[in-house]
Amino acid sequence: MKHKTFFWFFLPTGLAMLLFIVLPIVSVILQSVFVEHEAVLAVVENCGPFGCKQETTIDQSATEALRTARPLGQFAGLEIYFNRGHLATAEVSEAWRSRDGLGDFLSTINNLPFYRAMSFTLVYTFTVTPLLIVLGFAIAVGVNSLHRHLKGLVIFFSLLPMIVTPLIGSLILFWMIDSRGILGSALQWMADDPTLSLKASTGLTWVMLIVYGVWHSAPFAFVVFYAGLQTLPKDTLESAMIDGASRWQQIRYVVIPHLMPLLTFVALIQLMDNFRVLEPIVGFSAEAHATSLSWIIFNDLAGETRLLSSAAATSVLTIIGVSILLSPVLVRTWRDFHSKAE
Amino acid sequence: MFLKKVAASVALSIVASAAMADGHAKCDIAEGRVNIVGNEFPAIQTVGAGAVACANDNVEVKTNLTAEHQTINLAGMSTTPAEYTSAIVANSSIVALMNEDVLRPLDDMVAKYGQNLKKNQLITVDGKVMAVAFMANAQHLVYRADVLEKAGIEPPKTYEDMLVGAAKIREMGLMENPLGGAYKAGWNLAQEFTNMYIGHDGAFFKAGTAEVSINNAQGVATLEMLKSLSEFMNPDYLTHDSNATSAEWKAGNVAMMNMWGSRVGPLKDEEGAAEGVAANTAIAGPMTVGGGTTPATTLWWDGFTVAKNISDADASATFQALTAAIDPSILNEETSAQAVWLIDGYEPTDAAVGVFAAAEASSVPYPMLPYQGLLHTALGAELPDFLTGKEDAAKTLADVEAAYNAAAKEQGFLK
Repeated sequence: MKHKTFFWFFLPTGLAMLLFIVLPIVSVILQSVFVEHEAVLAVVENCGPFGCKQETTIDQSATEALRTARPLGQFAGLEIYFNRGHLATAEVSEAWRSRDGLGDFLSTINNLPFYRAMSFTLVYTFTVTPLLIVLGFAIAVGVNSLHRHLKGLVIFFSLLPMIVTPLIGSLILFWMIDSRGILGSALQWMADDPTLSLKASTGLTWVMLIVYGVWHSAPFAFVVFYAGLQTLPKDTLESAMIDGASRWQQIRYVVIPHLMPLLTFVALIQLMDNFRVLEPIVGFSAEAHATSLSWIIFNDLAGETRLLSSAAATSVLTIIGVSILLSPVLVRTWRDFHSKAE
Repeated sequence: MFLKKVAASVALSIVASAAMADGHAKCDIAEGRVNIVGNEFPAIQTVGAGAVACANDNVEVKTNLTAEHQTINLAGMSTTPAEYTSAIVANSSIVALMNEDVLRPLDDMVAKYGQNLKKNQLITVDGKVMAVAFMANAQHLVYRADVLEKAGIEPPKTYEDMLVGAAKIREMGLMENPLGGAYKAGWNLAQEFTNMYIGHDGAFFKAGTAEVSINNAQGVATLEMLKSLSEFMNPDYLTHDSNATSAEWKAGNVAMMNMWGSRVGPLKDEEGAAEGVAANTAIAGPMTVGGGTTPATTLWWDGFTVAKNISDADASATFQALTAAIDPSILNEETSAQAVWLIDGYEPTDAAVGVFAAAEASSVPYPMLPYQGLLHTALGAELPDFLTGKEDAAKTLADVEAAYNAAAKEQGFLK
């Protein structure tokens, strides 16, 4: 393609990317290196229905002058990134110095918001993604071998978990697994333990969130793999059968290699999706036991006083996390591209 | 059944707004634009409908009443001109708006249009009226009269009595988890800590500064009491907000709890309640703790504000419409039961006893400090570690302080 043609062809996409991807990221980075001006406090008398009281408040006229002079706030550099709410460098090195064995160090680290969120996020991402790929693939192979009259109906029902909005889906399950809900009571009966509560134990809460994650995302993998199965070369499969390959061998040596590019695609999308897990934590009210980076951002912005810089710093860290997570897949795609080009 | 209810409530609200329009025929505003953002519960809906009734050919009145009001009110009032000309707030949420200086002092408006307002409705900060309160709220004891009678115990006056009573109810096999409470990790749990810490006469900050000081004997005692109470609650208590706790109550699973006055009306309603629960739901004042005299609760007001970045005409229209909406003439059998109104001529209903008892027992209001919200968020995020047994009390309180310090530095309250 000529350079000029390429330029005009790419211009609309380029502009959209600039507007909707580059600018927001620049704004978030900018926000994360600035903090609020130092508040000028004054003690004044406040009165209301319950009487009067001396209370501290912000001296608006003094603060206003600071704000007009520098509307962005005070430049803080990377201070926010390294404070306790984020990378907590000072706390981590202190924990390392005063450690009492590796286990003690890890449990101290795990008490810091960022690392606690990371530990759940990573466990969630790396259990849910492979499980949903396996489950999605199994459903796809199963549905593909059904009689054609049944297929439509089964596909519709298999897709349901993905159609339900994540927040609603998790709320519905939240009530079902309540200790008085249908699933919660069933589990109590099966475990023969009337005090069993999925919501009260950290371990069970994690299991519940992971099961939910697989349930919700497996249909996505299923749809992609099912579409891929429709392009399966019949002759290769038939020659495998003539060679006496069992059903398992057909899957192992014909189907899976054929679907490999799709597997990369599903893994890419799902790693990204699962890394920024949020809805199930909110829906299951699981914040006492499990948090994620997205949940930290949500919590910073949901309080009565919003922590914009903190939320921005966590957003940048999330972007960095996603890039690290995706780098192996991206490198591989890049190499494939190059080897084909040569 | 459901459709019938919807139809009935729609019909009711039409009748109500018609009645309202009739009652407010006298709010003659010349011109202006009114747009109100606020929380969504019956009393505020009454006020919103009252303001809407003031609309005429030259005055546009809109309301946006939603539980998510706090996430939009600041943004909607920061523009010039402000999208929202008024935000309905409480004593905690007004702080976020004052911190950003988006509220207009109302002294001139009160002098001109506020003859019907009582002095104690005016919220003043440094002598300037910043809001007009119309209702009060507090958490207090709610108990099951029948269960307590069966167990032979009096409604508790202290949290220690509550624990003794709960143990007795459990021992007698009347209920497995006799206590309830909105202990959901986050805002609710932080609120319970705040109540209990105030009951222990604890101070949140070093006087006159933004330096937090909760890692002390009172803080530890507060956490120990919360944990003792939680042992008599449904094991899922860290996921129970006020709604879920109310549902537990209505199902007949709870005998005593500390609950919001504004929720008592629905609790006494037979609709959706197990047999015998609604009729035996009784209320009393808030409890004290640790031998203290200050009740372990906080007093709250809800009121309206006017935005700063709007024209004088819009500000006047907004103030007039909202003043008309809280005129004594709005009080009737239905609206009186919705809240503890601060309006002249309000006759307390049965549901208001608890809030009045809280005010009379010299409870303290929720602190209106610019940085209290940051501490509330830090408490909500860190306290579950103690209740789930991951940490001891002192470590948890140290974590709360560290989390608060990081946030307060970012907001410019600490160096």
